[in-house]
This record gives sequence, structure tokens and C-alpha cells, in this order.
Amino acid sequence: MIDISPSVMQFLLAFIVVAPLLGSAAALLPAPPGLKGKSPEQAVLRHGVTVTGVILAAAIALTLGFDHDAPSRFQATTDISWIQALNVRIHLGIDGISLPLLLMTALLFFLCALYSYFKLPAGPSPKAFVALLLVLESGTLATFAVLDLLLFFLAFEMVLIPMYFLIARWGGAQRQAAAWRFILYTLLGSVVMLLGLLLIGLNSGTFDMVTLASDNGRELSHTTQLLAVLSIGLGLAVKTPMWPLHSWLPDAHTAAPTVGSVLLAGVLLKMGTYGFVRILLPATPDGMATFAPYLGAFAAVGIVYGSLACLALARKGNKGDLKRLIAYSSVGHMGFVLLGIASMTPTGVNGALFANIAHGLITGLLFFLVGALKDRYGTADLDTLAGATGAALYGRAPRFGAFLAFAAVASLGLPGLAGFWGEMLALFGAFDPAEGLSRPAFLTYMAVGAFGTLLTAAYLLIVVRRVCMGDPKAGPELAVADIQHYEFAAWTPLVALTVLAGLWPAVLLGLTDPAVQKLLAGGNS
Amino acid sequence: MTAMTALTALSAEAPSLVQSVDWLAIAPVVITAAVGLVVLVADLFLAERHKPVLGWISVAGLAAATATLLPLRAGDRTTFCLTGDPAACSYVADRFTLAIQFLVLAGALVTALVSVTAVRDTRMPAGEYWFLLLSSAAGAALLPASRDLATLIVALEVASLPAFALVGMRRGNRLSSEAALKFFLSSVTATAVSLMGVSFVYATTGSLHLTQVADRLEDVPGQFDTLAMAGVALTLVGFAFKTAAVPFHFWVPDTYVGAPLPIAGYLSVIGKAVGFTGLILVTVIAFPAYSDIWGPALAVLAALTMTLGNAAAVRQSADRPNSAVRLLAWSSVGQAGYLLVPIAAAAYSDRDQIGSTVAYALMYAAVNLGAFSVAALVARTKPLHRISDYRGLYAERPLAALSLAFFLLCLAGLPPGIIGLFAKVTVFRSAVDAGLGWLAVVMAINVVIALYYYLRWTALLFRTPEGAQTRTRAPWPVTAAVVLTAITAVVLSGAPEIILRVTTGSLFAQ
Repeated sequence: MIDISPSVMQFLLAFIVVAPLLGSAAALLPAPPGLKGKSPEQAVLRHGVTVTGVILAAAIALTLGFDHDAPSRFQATTDISWIQALNVRIHLGIDGISLPLLLMTALLFFLCALYSYFKLPAGPSPKAFVALLLVLESGTLATFAVLDLLLFFLAFEMVLIPMYFLIARWGGAQRQAAAWRFILYTLLGSVVMLLGLLLIGLNSGTFDMVTLASDNGRELSHTTQLLAVLSIGLGLAVKTPMWPLHSWLPDAHTAAPTVGSVLLAGVLLKMGTYGFVRILLPATPDGMATFAPYLGAFAAVGIVYGSLACLALARKGNKGDLKRLIAYSSVGHMGFVLLGIASMTPTGVNGALFANIAHGLITGLLFFLVGALKDRYGTADLDTLAGATGAALYGRAPRFGAFLAFAAVASLGLPGLAGFWGEMLALFGAFDPAEGLSRPAFLTYMAVGAFGTLLTAAYLLIVVRRVCMGDPKAGPELAVADIQHYEFAAWTPLVALTVLAGLWPAVLLGLTDPAVQKLLAGGNS
Repeated sequence: MTAMTALTALSAEAPSLVQSVDWLAIAPVVITAAVGLVVLVADLFLAERHKPVLGWISVAGLAAATATLLPLRAGDRTTFCLTGDPAACSYVADRFTLAIQFLVLAGALVTALVSVTAVRDTRMPAGEYWFLLLSSAAGAALLPASRDLATLIVALEVASLPAFALVGMRRGNRLSSEAALKFFLSSVTATAVSLMGVSFVYATTGSLHLTQVADRLEDVPGQFDTLAMAGVALTLVGFAFKTAAVPFHFWVPDTYVGAPLPIAGYLSVIGKAVGFTGLILVTVIAFPAYSDIWGPALAVLAALTMTLGNAAAVRQSADRPNSAVRLLAWSSVGQAGYLLVPIAAAAYSDRDQIGSTVAYALMYAAVNLGAFSVAALVARTKPLHRISDYRGLYAERPLAALSLAFFLLCLAGLPPGIIGLFAKVTVFRSAVDAGLGWLAVVMAINVVIALYYYLRWTALLFRTPEGAQTRTRAPWPVTAAVVLTAITAVVLSGAPEIILRVTTGSLFAQ
């Protein structure tokens, strides 16, 4: 939109990836004189806000400088050799697919840092918290910015250690077991993924994603493609997570601190689906076509399974944990994303990318809200919260209740909000899948997915009824604070973007569509 | 007249019987051995209070020996060649030799730094200790350069025999003598089996030079085929033992626990280097003709080794005495499994795959010696070597804790231990490249198992400490060892190319 010289753009992208790492190292050092603040804790938390804020500003500048007329072209590219022996190049670049994810990641990290500044989760020193958060940010941003398979793997692995410590040190009950489950599951997935990446890289002679995309799998035999899709898909599916590989997610979300849950749902899960779109679709189209019906089937089952699990948790007397419920709803939502990808059509993939962003915004918001609710009530157990009639947030904390109701309604896919477009496009994609894919099978998935949206609406409305409505005079006498200023500041951007993306989907689709068209056409569009 | 021409022809044909020796090429080995002898003799004339000087002479000698590797980088050198066949040489200083010699000598240098305080504190006999360490290092440095079976076995024994004595060095410690005896008996048996294998190979080929053996094994007469095959298999046993590959691994935990800590670190790195270097030389240089035998055997051995090592390491409980050393011992067995993968892969594709073993070994040497150095530091205040002693190390010694965390994550192969990650990637690559998919999958599962115990230990470092902190000043040689290894690991993480370049091109001169 504004003209920024290519070298500045290049610098901005490299800065976005590297600066959090430097910030992380700086967080461990004592604060310099003049920046000591009121206490060392306050100083380091402020440092976190500053660094993530600068990164967000750089990401916004990058978005403004991005040539929106050519979103299918990689921009702000850097390409230098790093490890010749392994043929690893530091190849960075963004196109219409990665830019929205990059921007959303930077935004969510800034909001999380802001939220933690006022509301630090209970645990050991904030110094380590900020340092880990920044390493996590670097890893996630790098995942979306790199264009080399082995660098992608490196970035993919980089998030494991910080996330493990965030859950294990700052989490709630059962945090050790949940953290172990998270890291061992994802590591097993990603090591298997590495085998697939090596298979692709060795057989086609390059680890460069751009070259691989334009080769479009011509260099790879069918068997190689099958093996590669199987192993890479397995690693990505664990991360996404795809049913039935999701079992680490509910525990991790339930145990993680609020900020950890927000980032896990908002950013980390997207790394899985992004990998499907960025690597598997263009580099191994034949293998993908073979496995697409299975992927679609798992996605459809995941949609219904997630919704049913949520329904069960939302019912009275089941002692459902709200955080766990939203985690299961993520399994359902990511099912739509996978269904869109499995259709292998521009419509479906665009829908998947849209649903990715929408899920990041809405579920991020939901986890913020539920985390705040848990802080206020001391529990996220739905039965305890609701009591006999309901938690009556509308009566006790009207603005809080309104936010929660908004997030729930957005999550169920109300037209006019972000959640709608992605899921609708994904279903459209399944209605008319790519040539060579079994139409009846995908029609079935579409029907199952559509049924899933009904179930989704059902459990979210039950949650709204049980949490927001009720008799404020019944139940325990508890003064519930309404939304604080910092909460308002952290949550409003998410609300605004949800409305924006819902009312003006073209702002996102205009970016992703050309890039997706090129991707599916083998870089020759 | 005819007699005259015949005589001149003869003298032209028969070259001089005196070999010329390339002293520069053999300098790294000779210096190490010579300094060892100097230390032994000097020990006789030094008063008790001057004994620490011996340690510093050894450190300086090892540093000098490492430095002599620099001029050798210019090109491949050979010496002790057959006068009749100049291509058959007993000593070759090619890229492979230099990489391993660097590993051995730099590793011995770090061991020596850690030992300076250990020798003083535990009152081990200084002269003997340093002499034995240097002799063993000289043998280990000779091994990668030796290109005939006799030199190979001699180097193997020169490296091992002093190690037995070093293991039993802790005076009055029953565990130590028992460990030494166990190590000695099992090792000698393995070497004897190896020697028998060598004799079989010699019987079938009539040569000890690896390149000639390789040529002649190509067409072994039918009736000798079984003999040659048995020779190949038996020769591998001795080296597999030194690598601590399953089923020759059982000596490792007890030996490491009984040995002085620096020696345990030495065995885990240099001892292993001796084993896999020998394995590489006999397999890819001498026995390529029988790759269909040793390839699958090594692949299975690799899978078993990593699985058993990691499974045993996971089972170490944190509160038992010596659990930290036991864990490092079992994890080194697991790591030996990864080291074997590219050698097995070399059987299926080409011999340059072993570059991945060398790269992995260089990474492993730096971080494992680092971990042992930190263990030596911690053992000064908490001599029980329990993993639970490491709880809250960050509060007590932040830099040591951060270094250990980094070493452990490198061993696990997870960022921020980038060099560990890429070293693993090269090993995986060799397996995938050779079509050993099943082995790659077994290794993938093992990487996950290993992460569990490495990360459990890492997490412990950052917990809030229990009880009072007893911070004493760290002796500077140990600190230097930790800093040296930590800097190496960090620099390598930023520029993995430094060691990963051994994976490109051929490492061997011939």
C-alpha cells in the first residue's frame, strides 16, 4: 500500500524473526540503569511488552509495504547460504498465505505480553517467563517466514522447549503430565516429519520450498510422494491436531496458563495446517491426492467428535472444564481447516486459510475470557460456575458477559463474523472437490461437517446460557469484577478484527486467493 | 656387459629399502607419546609439592599436539608405505584422520583440564595418571591414521590398556578396582576375538594393508569364502566392544561409575571414537566386498544399541547414588547407536556416508565432555553423583546450569541445541539416503525417548533449590573446560557448517 524499498522490507522480515531471540537474551540480563522501573519484575514484563510491540509494529509495516497487487509473489525475500553441507539456506519470504498468519502471530504475542504485564500467571520468576515467551515468538514467526524445509523443521522444533516450560512451570493442576504429553507427542510427530522432509529433499535435490512448489512434484516418484505425505502429514496432523491424534491437546490447554492457551490455540496449531498448505499441497500433489479422501474423513470425524465432546462437557452434572471444552472445540474447528485442505481446490484451501485466521482470533479471545473467568472464580468447572441457575454474568458483570457471548457466537460461525466464511468455504470446497477425488465421499464429509456446525451451535449456546444467563441473586455471593482496562485493551483488537474479517472477507481472501491459485497450479499460474 | 646392464636394471627396479618418514604427518601422535614419556620420567625427579607441574606439562603437550594438526590441513600425507607398493601405506593423514585426531586430542585436552583438580583432590598418583592418559590418547590418535590391520590392533591396544589402569586409579575404592577388572577382562576377550578375525583375513588375503585386503577380498577362492566371512565378522567384534554397541555394552555403566569422573568422560568420548574409527576403517576401507554381511549386521546392532541404551537411561531414578553418571553412561550407549547408523548406511549406498558419523561424533564429543565437566564441578560439593543433586543448580551456579542445559539439549537434538539437531539430521539423512527407512523410524522413536530423560534433567536444573546452598569457588581448570566446551557448542550452533562440512565429499585419500 505504501512504497517501502525492497532492502528495508528484507530487513523488516529478518528483524521480525531475529529480534525476539535477542530480546529473549536481553530479558535474562539485569535491566540497564534508567529502565529499572518499579521492580525487576515490572521491568522485565515491560521489556516483554516493548519487544513484542516493536515486532508487531514491524509486522504492520511489512503488511503496509507488501505489494497487495502481487500477493502470489514472495516478497521481502532473503536468500543466503547457511550450511552448505546440508544444503540449508536462510531463505525468508512472505506471500499472501503467510502474511496474515505472520501478522496475527505478532498481534497475539503482543496482546499476551500486554495481558501478562498486568496479570502475571502464578509461578516462578517473570524473567524466565518473558524470555521463554520471546523464544516462542521467534519460533512461530520463523515457521511462517522461512522457505527452506530444514529451517521450517528447525522453527517447528524451536517452539517445543519454551512451550513445555510455560505449561510445566506456570500451568495449573496436572501441569507436569500435560507438558510431557505435549512435548513427547509433538516431538514424535515432528521427527517422523523430518524423515519425510529428508525424503523430499534428497529425491528432488533441493530443500527450497519455492523450487519444490514450482517443480510440483515432477521430480518425485509416486511411492516417494506417498511416503513423504504419510510421514510429513503425520507430524503436521499431530500439531494441528487431527482426530485421532489430538489427545495431547485438551490436557495441554487445561493445564496451560491463560497466555499459553491463547498462543497454543491461536498460533501453534496453525503451524500444522500451514505446513499442509505450504509443503504438502504444492510439493507432493500426487501423494496428497491419494491421501486426501482419508484426510477428509478424519477431518469430518474430528468435526463431529469435537462437537460431541463439547456437548458432553457442556451438559449439567458432567463437571466439564471450560478450558477443556474450548480445546475440544478447537479439534472441531481445525477439522474444518483440514477438510478445506483435503478438497484440494482453491475454494477449499482459501476457506482453510480463512478459518485458520478466524480460529486464531476467536479461540484466542475465548481462551483469554475463560482464563479471566477462572481467575475471578478460581475454577473453570462449568457446574461450579453455573450453580443451579447459571453464572449470570450478564447480571453480575455485563460487559464481561457480552464479550463472552460475542466470542461464543463468533465461534459457532454466525454470518457476519469471521468464523462463518472459513467454514462455509471449506464446506463449499468439499462440495466440489478437485478432479480425481471421489465426489460422493466428499459430499458425505460435507454433510457430516454441516451437521457438525449444528452441534457446534448447540454446545456454544448451552455454554452461553449456563455462564452468561441465570439469576444473579441465586448462587454464591461473589463480587465479580467486570472487565478491567487492561483486559479491554487486550481483547478489543481481537473483537474488532473478528468483525472486520466477517464483514469484509475480501481483505483476507484478496491476499490468499492469488497465492493459493498459484500454489495449486504448481507455481505456474 | 650384459651383467652390468642387468645390475643397473636391477638397482633401478629395486627401490631403497629404507623408508622415509614424514615426521610432520606423525607429529600429533609422536608429541603426545613423547610428552607422556617425559612426564613419566619427570615424575621420578619431582618433589611431591611440584607434582601439579606434571598436569600442566600434559595439558601443554596435548595443546601442542592439537596445534600440529593445523599445518596438516594443507593436503593428504602418507608415510610408512611399502617400498614395493607405494600405494599401500600404514599411516595416512587424510581428512578423516585429521577430523578424528582433532576429536581425540582436543577431547583429551578437555579431560586433562578437568583432571588437574581431580588428581589433586583425590590424591591419585600424578605421574602414573598423566602418563597413562597421554599414552591412551596417543594410541587413540594413531588409530584413525593406521591403514593396516597390525597397526590398527596395536593402536587399539595402546589406547585401551592404559584406560584399564586409569579406571582402577581410585585408590582403596573397591568399586574402582572391580570396574577396572570387569572392563579389562571383557575388553581383552573382545580384542582376542578380533585378533583371530584378523588372522583369518590375513590367511585368506595374504596382506595386512587395508587397501590390499579390500582388493583381494573381491575374489576370494571359493573354499576360503567361509573363512574370510568369519574373519570379517570376528574382526568387527573388538571394535563394536569399544563402541559399546549392544550386546557388548554391559561393561559401560559399572565402569563409568567406578572410574574417576574425568576418565568416565574420556571413555565416553575418546573410547567410543576409538571403537567407531576402527569399525569405519575395517568396514568401508578393508571389507567393502562383504558389505552385504556387515551392513545389515551393523544396522541391527545400531537399532538394538540405541533402543537398549535409551530404555535403560529412562529407567534411572533420580535419587539413587551415581544416577547422574549412570544416566550419562546409558545415554552414551544410546548415542553410540546413532553413530553406527551412517556406517551401516555406507554398506547400502557409498562410503562417504560415514562423514555423518564423524560430524555427529565431533558434536557429541564437545557436548558430552561439557556435560561431564559440569558433573565434575557439581561433584565437588555433592559427591554422590545423584541427578537430584542438580535440583536448583541455576540458583547456585547460573552459568554452569545454563551450559549443562545447553549440552543436554544438544544431546537431545532440540533447539536451542541447534548443532545437536543438525547432527541428528545428517544421521537421519544418511539412513534415508541409503533406503534404511526402518532404521530411521527406530531412531526417530529413540530420539523421543531420549528427550524424556534429557529434558527431565534439564527441567530439574531450574527448579527452586532445596536446602541451604553451599557455594564454593569453582577451580579454574574445570571452569575453563566448561567454558571451552560451551563456547564450542554455541559457536557450532550458529555455524554448523564448521563440522558438518566433513559430510561432503570423500574423507579418505584413497
